[in-house]
Amino acid sequence: MIIEHPLLGPRDAAEFVYLGDASLIHRPSKDDTNAAVAFLEYQYLRDNPAGLHRELWYHEQGDRSWLVVTRNTVTHEITDVQLAKDVARSEGRSR
Amino acid sequence: MSQERSQLNRLDGGLINRDEPLNFSFNGQMYQGYTGDTLASALLANGQRFIGRSFKYHRPRGIFSAGSEEPNALVELGKGAHQEPNTRATVTELFDGLTATSQNHRGPLKFDVMAANDFLSPFLSAGFYYKTFMWPKAFWEKLYEPIIRKSAGLGSLSGQDDPDLYDKGFLHCDLLVIGAGPAGLWSALKAGRSGARVVIADEDFLPGGRLNAESHTINDTRGAEWAVQIAAELRSLPNVRLMTRATVYGAYDHGVYGALERKTDHLPSADGKPRQVLWRIYTKRALLTAGSTERSIAFGNNDRPGVMLAGAVRTYVNRYAVAPGKSVAVFTNNHDGWRTAHDLSAQGVNVSAVIDTRSIAAPMNLPGAAIVMGGEVSNTSGRSGLTGITLSSGQTIKADCLAVSGGWNPNVHLTCHQRGRPTWNNEISAFVPGENLPKGMSVAGAANGALSLSEVFASADTTVNQLLNELQLSADSAPTPTTSDDLVNIQPFWHVKNTKDRCWVDLQNDVTTKDIDQSRREGFHAVEHLKRYTTMGMATDQGKTSNVLGLAIMAEFAEQSIPQTGTTIFRPPFTPVAISAMAGRSRGKDFRPTRHTPSHQWAEEQGAVFVEVGAWLRAQWFPQPGETHWRESVDREVTATRESVGVCDVTTLGKIDIQGADAGEFLDRVYANTFGTLAVGKVRYGLMLREDGIVMDDGTTARMGEHHYVMTTTTANAVGVFRHLEFCRQCLWPDLDVHLISATEQWAQYAVAGPNSRKLLENIVDPEFDISNDAFPFMACANITVCGGIAARLFRISFSGEMAYEIAVPTRYGDSMIRALMQAGEPYNVVPYGTEALGVMRVEKGHAAGNELVGTTTALNLGLGRMVSKKKDCIGNVLSEREGLNTDDAIRLVGFKPVNTADSLVAGSHFVSGGRDATTENDEGWMSSVVYSPSMGHSIGIGFLTKGHERLGETLSAVNPLRNERIEVEVVSAHFVDPDGERLRG
Repeated sequence: MIIEHPLLGPRDAAEFVYLGDASLIHRPSKDDTNAAVAFLEYQYLRDNPAGLHRELWYHEQGDRSWLVVTRNTVTHEITDVQLAKDVARSEGRSR
Repeated sequence: MSQERSQLNRLDGGLINRDEPLNFSFNGQMYQGYTGDTLASALLANGQRFIGRSFKYHRPRGIFSAGSEEPNALVELGKGAHQEPNTRATVTELFDGLTATSQNHRGPLKFDVMAANDFLSPFLSAGFYYKTFMWPKAFWEKLYEPIIRKSAGLGSLSGQDDPDLYDKGFLHCDLLVIGAGPAGLWSALKAGRSGARVVIADEDFLPGGRLNAESHTINDTRGAEWAVQIAAELRSLPNVRLMTRATVYGAYDHGVYGALERKTDHLPSADGKPRQVLWRIYTKRALLTAGSTERSIAFGNNDRPGVMLAGAVRTYVNRYAVAPGKSVAVFTNNHDGWRTAHDLSAQGVNVSAVIDTRSIAAPMNLPGAAIVMGGEVSNTSGRSGLTGITLSSGQTIKADCLAVSGGWNPNVHLTCHQRGRPTWNNEISAFVPGENLPKGMSVAGAANGALSLSEVFASADTTVNQLLNELQLSADSAPTPTTSDDLVNIQPFWHVKNTKDRCWVDLQNDVTTKDIDQSRREGFHAVEHLKRYTTMGMATDQGKTSNVLGLAIMAEFAEQSIPQTGTTIFRPPFTPVAISAMAGRSRGKDFRPTRHTPSHQWAEEQGAVFVEVGAWLRAQWFPQPGETHWRESVDREVTATRESVGVCDVTTLGKIDIQGADAGEFLDRVYANTFGTLAVGKVRYGLMLREDGIVMDDGTTARMGEHHYVMTTTTANAVGVFRHLEFCRQCLWPDLDVHLISATEQWAQYAVAGPNSRKLLENIVDPEFDISNDAFPFMACANITVCGGIAARLFRISFSGEMAYEIAVPTRYGDSMIRALMQAGEPYNVVPYGTEALGVMRVEKGHAAGNELVGTTTALNLGLGRMVSKKKDCIGNVLSEREGLNTDDAIRLVGFKPVNTADSLVAGSHFVSGGRDATTENDEGWMSSVVYSPSMGHSIGIGFLTKGHERLGETLSAVNPLRNERIEVEVVSAHFVDPDGERLRG
């Protein structure tokens, strides 16, 4: 596969390490009500869609960017790639 | 070796070079062929029809095709370590000195003792191994399976390492053209002239595809000559790469293709060059022009040597100037079969008969040949090669070669490599590429169902124009070549019914029409079930000549249409790819890079024994003259370090430089214990959890400045921890002001341990830096200079339990530093110590390491539960509080010593108490690390024991079920040496 890195252009998937569902960005807080349940769901529960899937890839053999790659799990078509940092910010993560 | 035989079946003409005769041997017999021959064409030229024995029934088999689809003519090539089994003679380019032997027979080829299997065929039909040999049960493994394995099968391996060199390469292009037949050559030419970067690859050594095998004319020149002209122009274009002997074997995601190029297989010797190159080709567009493959018709005993595909017969006659027989009959259901009769006659080969299943007027006059329209061949005769055929009418005809044409199947293989499914085309009675092609792939020519040459050119021209348009290039306006046209006229005919003789469908896996019928009767009529139940299409040829035939026959048996019955798809590779080619140069020691520490050369000079730690080589111990056992060396290193001073290279530990205004806050979140309070110039032990609450790694982090920390990780987890920290930084807290960089290879780091470590370092550290105990106490750190102004970092940390330091210098000074340390230590009899002594000393101190941090142990298990902050929000602390991880009977890390100190403990032993049996129910934990402690004078261990911390002084058994050993041990504190830590603060 080829991943269109937002900074570096098209890169072979072999340069990356795969982590999984991009929902891992949304780490709960210890201060949340019912934090134990929230962490349990965060840690263990994932959707497994046949179709578009937002997932985290790490450019380990490259610039060390974490990326959010939107990939169709059926066709492997990649429709969107963004820096995870930008995605995290736009989805409300900060400090 | 007996004398050479002359090439009795050689005709005039052909694309061979008669000025270059080549000698080769088959089964020890010497033969001659010419440059331009394949092994198959050269064998046929010499009248050798019988090539090998079949997979299951050991029936005589000959040459069936003239290409990579060959199911029968598999031979072993080469000798010794170079021996390669299951090589298709039809694509093996002849070279001088080639040696080949036949496969799958015991005794001589003609008198194979295993041929008895043929008489046992009623017991060996489809699914036989699911049904027979079931009783008695124990016989399967000991008797039946070994016998079946020995009798079934193909060639044999040399059993030696592959002596050849393989390489990998990468290509980038606008357009990859797969196949250099008429469609491919024309497309590549138009694209090349337009300026596109083109790669065109063909599995053959001669570009041209079927043009080399046919008698077509193009623009009034012979097709093969036209191909030579186009290939020459392609080779002259700098933006075109024409690759021969290169099979594009797979279509992968996003326009990536795999190709195997055979570089030296056609030469007598590789001469130090790579034998094969595995290419990864990145494309913007790909055009599949892979042509088509002929299929057979199933009739009685249609597997005898001499029964061949009709198109292959034309290939041997036209390209190789070989007559596959002296009297050839043709059996066809379409016009194309008649071309074979025509070309044979034109070359002066006797055509004895043409049997056409269609009840139409004969399309051609063939004086001297028996013409039977609406006829069927029902059986053949000839023990080890064809001598005659019998028609359904009972008529017999003499023939030593039968050319069979059941129609042509477009080579849709690569269109299926992702999700594509071919669709049935009634007009040509074959599958053509479906709609769901791999992205960026187009198909043209025969591969797309255009089976006449004029259609091929029209299809290629239209497609390549469209592709160039997509690539925003303008196509050259050269007119498409004009050709002699040939009519495609086929009436499907798959198999002869009402015959008692076996009709073969898959020649390589010995599958007959009876097996297909049996599969249907037993309920396996879905095409994927049929394939697995009968093994049809599952041999090394992937059913190139048999899949469609078998599917069509199943459709007839099931009385449904072919589309209703299903379709057949293909997976990579198109033809077999050797594992060695996949490995390339990544073999043996080159499987991955080896990392050397900065003191490696020095350690080699000392005669160190090395051990692999991840990709690193670390000194394991340093044997001294007279030491005959590793333990002597290790005990000496430990004792000398504890009594005076030792030095160990600890460069391999991960080092991560952490900087930024929020660096402290960041550490507070990724470590389970508190870091915000760490003062500048101090080091703290850090415990890192995974989000699920299990311990991930540990190490020390030093605060070098207000906004500057240096973290160490274990050697094994250096990469993973860094990745995790970048995840936390970028994905979880993107606005924290913190930056990370791995500095593992930038610093050479040495542990200097032992009561004289400070005295040693005073001779290294520049005098303006006070390293007295008051100025530089335990857990201090500083940026200093050494040896007269070289920047260095000094940490007062200890893994050994002794007063100890770690000193880091830029890697380029690493070699000088170890030499300087050893010199400065001479007055104190300094020793270098390796990873074994390091391990002994850490177990003596009860420090956890890789054996304890195994991905299932929690901070509580390690006795570090109180380090996990409950106040702050850090990775892993919420889930570490789960009930199940905090039960009263949780395992705890404690120490063990043998009651009888002469006993040697064994790591991995499990604990049972009260003399109970060693069963899972009675299991109370395990011994994780064991060493011989020179300090204690006996074997010691640390390990995990249920409620271990409450059981000090208890005696229990450490059981080793592997050796049936049971050793009585006493539970003790894990801190065997200096439990109060006085030494390290000294």
